Amino acid sequence: MALLQFDGVGISAMAAAVPHTIINNYEYTQYFPADQVKEVVDKVGVFERRFADEKTCSSDLCFAAAEKLLTDNQIDRSEIDVLIFVSQTPDYRMPATSILLQERLKLPQTTLAFDMNLGCSAYLYGLSTVYALMQQQGLRKALLLDGETRSKVYSPKDRRTAFIFGDAGTATLIERNERFGESYFSLNSDGSREDLIKINAGGYRNPSTAETLKEKVVDEYGNIRSEEQGYMKGGDVFNFVIREIPSDIQHILAYSGTDKDQLDYIIFHQANTFINTYLAKKLKLDTAKIPSTIEKYGNTSSVSVPLTIVSELKDKLNGDNAILLSAFGVGMTWASAVVNFNDCKISDIVEV
Amino acid sequence: MEEKFLTDLKEVFEIEDREINMDDKFREYPEWSSLAYLSIIAMLDEAYDFQIEEADFKKLITVRDLYTAANKK
Repeated sequence: MALLQFDGVGISAMAAAVPHTIINNYEYTQYFPADQVKEVVDKVGVFERRFADEKTCSSDLCFAAAEKLLTDNQIDRSEIDVLIFVSQTPDYRMPATSILLQERLKLPQTTLAFDMNLGCSAYLYGLSTVYALMQQQGLRKALLLDGETRSKVYSPKDRRTAFIFGDAGTATLIERNERFGESYFSLNSDGSREDLIKINAGGYRNPSTAETLKEKVVDEYGNIRSEEQGYMKGGDVFNFVIREIPSDIQHILAYSGTDKDQLDYIIFHQANTFINTYLAKKLKLDTAKIPSTIEKYGNTSSVSVPLTIVSELKDKLNGDNAILLSAFGVGMTWASAVVNFNDCKISDIVEV
Repeated sequence: MEEKFLTDLKEVFEIEDREINMDDKFREYPEWSSLAYLSIIAMLDEAYDFQIEEADFKKLITVRDLYTAANKK
């Protein structure tokens, strides 16, 4: 069972960057009538989101966030020994984007760097991987960069995904210090549900061809996409959430010996308002402790957990704060964590 | 029991202007949509502790089918 426990490792600083272009969802009506759009938008609760322009990649958003973090906190770049880039929208198929960022951020060649490709739960997977690496006394500081340009992945003509996703990039600085106390993670995977959220073609199983790039009507509702655009079976994803997420959260609370009333904040993956309202009700959580950014940034995949912390908890993480993190998505994979934050310095959000 | 189920289902569909019956084919309601589907599975979980995969749900045609499935356990 993948239950992890760490002591004396923690997040000392965070920053985030979003594209400057704001999409007003009620006005996103070029492919669907306004009354249908309103019905979907009211249900998913995404009123605005940010779209990167065609020249801007996830790495550019992460670069801006990392520069902000390193400058605001006067970090000596020669002390960054670890750089992990979490994304499913990398710059190239190769080399790994983390390596390009090592050069752009002027980090030393002695920096350990690699990419993690996972989806919405990936911030928790990435954070626990960094925490594990930081058990090595030789490693001084680690940078976890998490960025997505989901706007480039889904078809605007498929109403099941057209109104949900947005773009953003974040930077998280991790260090070793006794003040951080203990943190706990639960990490899970289920490949039997691989077809719930997927981009079917464009990899090596189904290579890109003229055919896979063609837009087609894919269902009885007239939704249109190509085989190289993502799809999501929303009903089955919700069923998956009902079955797996409340029990995993109970699990991590029990493992960490935390009562839900002891939590200072709860950060859910910003999937949509419908799902997060369901989870809060099911687990009888205090909604005042659950900040949300779904209404202004949408679902930014793995970025939504750190983006929500940067956006909503600036200047609120002084002293010790016990925070429950929970995220799930494509794979399927899901993860929960109880992380102690101590004096975490959060920068203002940068617009790119 | 059936009465409560009908009330729950009316609330999910936001039907206020008429009664619904056990033999109705719920996909024929004007209020039926993929979003209503999400609300139904949330209701089935919360009120009946019943979870169902999409493929199995597709086999349920009438309100009675839903009711029977939810109370079968």
